[in-house]
Amino acid sequence: MPKYILIVDHRPGAVDTPMEQWEPDDVKAHMDYYAALRRQLLDSGELVDEQALTGPEHAREVTSDGGPPVVTEGVFPESKEFLAGFQIVEVADEQRAFEIAAKVSAVPGPGGVPLRQPIGVRRVMDADDFRQLHPEL
Amino acid sequence: MSPAGPVDDLLRALAPRVVGVLTHRCGDFEAAEDAVQEALIVAHTRWTADGVPESPRGWLLRTASRKLLDQLRGDQARRRREMQAALREPGGEAYDRDDTLDVLMLCCHAALNDAAAVALTLRAVGGLTTAEIARAFLVPEPTMGQRISRAKQRIRGVPFDAAAQRLPAALRVLYLIFNEGYASGGDTVHRVELSAEAIRLTRMVSARRPGDAEVSGLLALMLLTDARRPARTGPDGELVPLAEQDRSRWDRELTAEGTAILDAAFRRGQVGEYQLQAAIAALHNRAPSVGATDWPQIQALYAILERMTASPVVTLNRAIAVAMVDGPAAGLRLVDTVAAQLPGHHRVAATRAHLLELAGDRDGAFGQYRIAAAATTSEPERRYLTLRAARLHARTGKRS
Repeated sequence: MPKYILIVDHRPGAVDTPMEQWEPDDVKAHMDYYAALRRQLLDSGELVDEQALTGPEHAREVTSDGGPPVVTEGVFPESKEFLAGFQIVEVADEQRAFEIAAKVSAVPGPGGVPLRQPIGVRRVMDADDFRQLHPEL
Repeated sequence: MSPAGPVDDLLRALAPRVVGVLTHRCGDFEAAEDAVQEALIVAHTRWTADGVPESPRGWLLRTASRKLLDQLRGDQARRRREMQAALREPGGEAYDRDDTLDVLMLCCHAALNDAAAVALTLRAVGGLTTAEIARAFLVPEPTMGQRISRAKQRIRGVPFDAAAQRLPAALRVLYLIFNEGYASGGDTVHRVELSAEAIRLTRMVSARRPGDAEVSGLLALMLLTDARRPARTGPDGELVPLAEQDRSRWDRELTAEGTAILDAAFRRGQVGEYQLQAAIAALHNRAPSVGATDWPQIQALYAILERMTASPVVTLNRAIAVAMVDGPAAGLRLVDTVAAQLPGHHRVAATRAHLLELAGDRDGAFGQYRIAAAATTSEPERRYLTLRAARLHARTGKRS
């Protein structure tokens, strides 16, 4: 079965208000929705991994020329397209990955209205992809 | 993970003892531990199907010995013959020993970092499989397998004998395991119950070191903390803070057992940090409400603990107690004294937020909750802190 990574970034979707300024009940509904979705994907055996990342203010950039790491403040996202978290799901087909991404996108915001957050869907490379890239191996 | 049945309980209790005997006989902890893991898997299948044999420990030891010889097939013939001779002794001095504590000390050796010691302890002393440990820590199984085998390589050649001075290190590792389970909130779907496992292992140590007050203190601390578990998370796994917990849901039996163990430990003298932490937990468990809690006593206990450990995190905890006794401003002043030692630590912001909220400074509290939510690496905690911020914001909004 193919694996897909579903990418959530800091683009707000339909609502621009930061979550800590929503009504508490709306915050709770938003979180409960995620928790319920997580349970569904665990029960169906499709959830491989999911992680939420700390915010941009805790992001750093590392470069090296082979010596010790050079750490700089950053990453400074030019836009809101800054990774907030991801889920990796192993599903029957791309259609199913789209269905799950749709559920993530429809997470409720203020007043229970679906946020319509844009969710990036990217297939994880598998052995077949590798063979097509490297027919000689 | 499905709850362990009686066969699993028996196997896990036997695991470290068999590892101990086998290590004594063959002098190779690494190989002995692998062999016992394989024997445990065979035993689980057989005993579940055909029932537990007459002498379960002997059965497990024989099976593990055979597995060990199988592993040596590729080795030199001489080494194999030596090993065969060593393993053939049916009884012998090593057979009747119980080396569980030695196995534990070895797994918590100073050469190992915390993550390695925790993983190795769960496997060699707890009898858990690599797959179960990997699931408990949410890392891929090969990663955990590698962590365990590298840990075993690091302690290769360490003499296998009792080393009482390493008991504090072992207790710290057990406490780490407990906290890992506790910090995961209610989110234990498909996870080994690490807190329950830590309690089981600490009981095992306590049975072998009944006179050690700190072992008792650690066991009491775990039981008293675990007693609050049913009230600590809501229906969706959200964290419920102490002040808002439904105290009728606290487990009275665990509280009674933990308190009795602690009282007996105190009577033996030699007070240590686990006993002090347990005493603080007992005061919370005894209180019918936050307001009726003996905060002066808790503050005094934290002060002793602070002198003993010089830990800034202990000072943060004391600041909460100070705020309950002398008001939030006094608590905030105490937080300021250690904030520099914990740069960027979410607990500083979370403590400040809590105290500012007590002081009625909603804007200040809102800002600190936001900082804390962004800095924490625990998802349940982030949800809780974000929700606190939203509650404050809603109240402020309605006021203006």
